[in-house]
Amino acid sequence: MDSRTSIPARHNFEVSGPAGEEKTLAISGRISLENLGKFLDDVERVFPRSAPQGLRVDLSGIRYLDSAGALALLNLRERAESQSIPFQFVNTAEEARRILVLLDRPTLHTPPLIAGRRSANLFEQAGESSRALAGDFWAVMEFVGELIRGLGYSLIHPRSVRWNDVLFYMKRAGMDGLPIVSLISFLIGLVIAFMSSLQLKQFGAYLYVASLVAIAIVRELGPLMTGIIVAGRSGSAFAAEIGTMMVNEEVDALRTMGFDPTRFLAVPKVLAAMIVVPILTLYADVFGILGGLLIGVMFLDLTVYSYVDWTLWSITLFDIVASLIKAMIFAALIAGIGCQRGFGVRGGAAAVGSATTSAVVAGIFLIIVVDSIFAVILHYVR
Amino acid sequence: MRRLGERGISPLPSRNPEEPIISVEGITARFGEETILADVSFQVRRGERFAILGGSGCGKTVLLKHLVGLYRPYAGTVRVMGTNMTEVEEADLIELRKKMGVLFQSGALLGSLTLYENVALPLQAYTDLSPAAIEEIVRMKLALVNLEGYQNHLPEELSGGMKKRAGLARAMALDPEILFFDEPSGGLDPVTAAEMDHLIKSINTGMGTTLVIVTHDLPSIFGVASRVIMLDKGVRGIIAEGDPGTLRETNRDPRVVHFFNRQMAGRDQEER
Repeated sequence: MDSRTSIPARHNFEVSGPAGEEKTLAISGRISLENLGKFLDDVERVFPRSAPQGLRVDLSGIRYLDSAGALALLNLRERAESQSIPFQFVNTAEEARRILVLLDRPTLHTPPLIAGRRSANLFEQAGESSRALAGDFWAVMEFVGELIRGLGYSLIHPRSVRWNDVLFYMKRAGMDGLPIVSLISFLIGLVIAFMSSLQLKQFGAYLYVASLVAIAIVRELGPLMTGIIVAGRSGSAFAAEIGTMMVNEEVDALRTMGFDPTRFLAVPKVLAAMIVVPILTLYADVFGILGGLLIGVMFLDLTVYSYVDWTLWSITLFDIVASLIKAMIFAALIAGIGCQRGFGVRGGAAAVGSATTSAVVAGIFLIIVVDSIFAVILHYVR
Repeated sequence: MRRLGERGISPLPSRNPEEPIISVEGITARFGEETILADVSFQVRRGERFAILGGSGCGKTVLLKHLVGLYRPYAGTVRVMGTNMTEVEEADLIELRKKMGVLFQSGALLGSLTLYENVALPLQAYTDLSPAAIEEIVRMKLALVNLEGYQNHLPEELSGGMKKRAGLARAMALDPEILFFDEPSGGLDPVTAAEMDHLIKSINTGMGTTLVIVTHDLPSIFGVASRVIMLDKGVRGIIAEGDPGTLRETNRDPRVVHFFNRQMAGRDQEER
């Protein structure tokens, strides 16, 4: 046999021998992946219809054989043997014999050790999802416990906190997120002012645009939009970072060095988020009101003074403090769920991807749920 | 007598079998300001079991990545099967890569696919075989690396050695002419490592595949390699070349002696 590149990818068959007696099948040329499909088709055509007394396959003309070609020859033998036709390879060149010996093993037809993954029926899917949901709830609760313990420990032992990490994540989640939070709040303030002015125009009550924007932004949209942006930017990043560390056994390494991964990895992130998200929310409030101010001054004939005056008249200190507390709770939820999803990663790259998605989805969901609860509570407290 | 199967597939360009399958001429590898390899030249012959040796950080893996076309050299040329890897177009590089298989250190299996799907991937993409034929071939490849029966397993369900073997089955899916190995026995227990070495060798003897192995594992070097080059961090190039047994017996370069005798650098002077 020669080297592979010098042989054209084609083969020849020559069948000889009278019908009903022993037949000789001379195969020559090259059998490899490139012409395997044709080879298999040709085998179908030349394989004796009426079982001969024997089949001799002459391989003297084979010039190149790759493993796929060798497998096809072995399958030919198996097929003959299954029909009780005495079979023999003759004139096998040394190279061809070596590859045939390499492949000729009884384990070729071992059935799979585990069954293929089939899609489950409706009941199985429902059961599986319920079990996963319950397991997920349990895991989240467990993590919340650990996190509260970790945060409590940090309160009592502030020196145990990795403050450098806290500062790093404050910069990541806070400073780096400032432009997008400001821009989005500004645009939202702008849109609210514009849309509400169209309605209030009918009553000549332009001044109320200022209070509408102020109340909507400070009480609801400021913390909510900030929370959603932070969930998208930082919750996902936390999940991906810890998830990759899980895959690389870095979390196991921390554990074996005697560190508590929750305290080491999650507490700095959660603390950073809890410090920085209320500040971001304040920025969001200011920029949202500025957006409203722009519309008020440019299109509604309001002066800057009267707009600001009405804004300050409509919101109370209580509103601002409640909004900041809300923001702090959102931050804890987003960062916490991000870390929890990260710690839940098992497997490889795909698991990191789904943990990241799940961190964002669960983060936003929790923000909305808590926001609704806050709306009800604040109504009665106020 | 009848003739069948004669068809007009255009013959592949015929090449001189004596021509080296890989030829590296004066390559320099540089990342930023740091030069990893300087003016390295060597050749790999067809059917050879060629090993690239050296201590950690000497640029073995970098050299391997240049050979498979993942990195382009700062200077010099790499010719693989007659194609200049430094000038080749991306489309031709893909054609060339079908004739090369690479086994990465950790196996580099796609985690979301089963072993069957991993090995079938190149066959489905680059051949027009029927699903039944592909299945036969995948089963054969898995049996070849002693992973018969594992077709439905996911990589995460396998041990490190099994992942490597599955990676090898995938690298061999298209029966490449050259197989590249990055630390094939790294991270494996001695028995599994010896099995891996045996497997690698049997692929070379059975199929005539040229092997290029990056390793620093002494038993692997003596068990598998027919010719080696040794790289050194200090000279950023080759300090020794030849068959491993002869190198160990005759080479007096202290760096080579230390490597083959598993000694710490500078140890022999201390002991004297």
